[in-house]
Amino acid sequence: MKYLVLIYHNPQSQQLWEAFTEAQRAEGLELYAALNRELTGSGELIAAEALADPSLVKRVSTAEGRPMATDGPLAEVKEQLAGFYFVECESTERAIAIAGRIPESRFGLVEVRPIMTYNGLDV
Amino acid sequence: MSSTRQIEDLLRDLAPQVLAALVRRDGDFDSCEDAVQEALVAATAQWPTHGLPRNPKGWLITAATRRRIELWRNEAARHRREEVAASLDPASQDPGPTVDDTLSLLFLCCHPSLTPVSQVALTLRAVGGLQTAEIARAFLVPEATVAQRISRAKQRIKDSGAEFRMPPPTDRPARIAAVLRVLYLVFNEGYTASSGPDLLRVELTAEAIRLARQLHAILPEDGEVAGLLALMLLTDARRPARMGPDGGLVPLAEQDRSLWDAGTIAEGIELVRDALTRHPIGPYQLQAAIAAAHDEARRAEETDWLEILGLYGLLETMAPGPIVTLNRIVAVAMVHGPRIALDELAIAEADPALTGHHRVDAVRAHLLETAGDVEAARASYRLAARRTLSIPEQRYLESRAARLAAASGGHEG
Repeated sequence: MKYLVLIYHNPQSQQLWEAFTEAQRAEGLELYAALNRELTGSGELIAAEALADPSLVKRVSTAEGRPMATDGPLAEVKEQLAGFYFVECESTERAIAIAGRIPESRFGLVEVRPIMTYNGLDV
Repeated sequence: MSSTRQIEDLLRDLAPQVLAALVRRDGDFDSCEDAVQEALVAATAQWPTHGLPRNPKGWLITAATRRRIELWRNEAARHRREEVAASLDPASQDPGPTVDDTLSLLFLCCHPSLTPVSQVALTLRAVGGLQTAEIARAFLVPEATVAQRISRAKQRIKDSGAEFRMPPPTDRPARIAAVLRVLYLVFNEGYTASSGPDLLRVELTAEAIRLARQLHAILPEDGEVAGLLALMLLTDARRPARMGPDGGLVPLAEQDRSLWDAGTIAEGIELVRDALTRHPIGPYQLQAAIAAAHDEARRAEETDWLEILGLYGLLETMAPGPIVTLNRIVAVAMVHGPRIALDELAIAEADPALTGHHRVDAVRAHLLETAGDVEAARASYRLAARRTLSIPEQRYLESRAARLAAASGGHEG
């Protein structure tokens, strides 16, 4: 089963990160690095990326077949997508365990979402 | 000159033989498997242009042996072993019996210390002779992910102390069951994904059937091996009718049965009949018998649902599972009517394995539609469509809901 593990930031988590000392930040980054090493080693990791700041988002619409870009994200919400892990693992339980290793899960800012497949049982 | 396709087929047949010859001589499965993989890659690149060598198997054994020595040299400090290996003339080595070798390799690749995903990847590479990139394409993951799974699997095999030899007789039934499960997974991945955007994936069904044929040739007296091969053939025979012109799934009852592959069906029926008369009954034989009952009906209305219901009853006793239960309930509806089936569904749903499962809603929708309860059927189809993780199934369920909306006056609910 493939899952997208979504990591969000909100103003509180952003403030906390900014208030961290160098040492605390290094410690936080090492948590990610350790998780990356483990998931690469187990063959479960397909991709993992951090996303640029929401202020750099271009919202795109099409008018008369031409794309038009405006600055800023689609939804006016406090939680903004900050990064993701794309994994393939044995079960939902395992995906939840992976999500629990992400530091943002301490603030309830991590989601696990199953990926749809082209597999279909006979009907 | 041979076609690329013929060369690929030959390479895949030779892959387990070459690997077994190396492992039997040198003992180290991990590095031998890497070396054979590289020899296969080299052959794929050279043979189509330079032509087939006179002794393809000898060529591969020589190439793999050389590659393995190179791997050794890179590690250094292994001079003595290297000299010994270099003094051997690898191509003249008697490759010995190949039948048990393939089985031993299958047992090793499907070792219980590995996760199913790793068993599948290692089996396809070491026994199926597929290249890492091909496996990655088939399972829609990056090549590096597959390579990592394979190297991790080999490390686990090493750590577990498993060896390249026949497991003791008492372990064999469980080990064969693991091999069958892996082949079944490969087949399903290819079969169910044949409606996806990547037609290359269909080759997984052919690969699973090829390996199941090999296994059946090695173990002709194993009824479950025959049963699995029959199940694959009887299912694959329907593939040409499974998808409509718009790419959507066509349910069994609506398939154009003239498109089914009659030759493959005859072979599958023969296999499962023979297995059921000569061997103890098992879950794969039962599933094959159910597939045969469908395939034997020239029109959907001629399907022997009473027989199918009986077979599902047996299957539920021998190998219970949520999908088996739901399929049996569909058969109940065909024999005893949708209302009785709906009552059974309500009871079955209490099982935690089925609670919230989208297939419950899909079956309920189908039963309600048969019972004539259009509104409730449509709501159930919609609920099932939202909950499924399968894109083709979602399309199918949405189209059923839309069809009912049109039938009941066209308003959206």
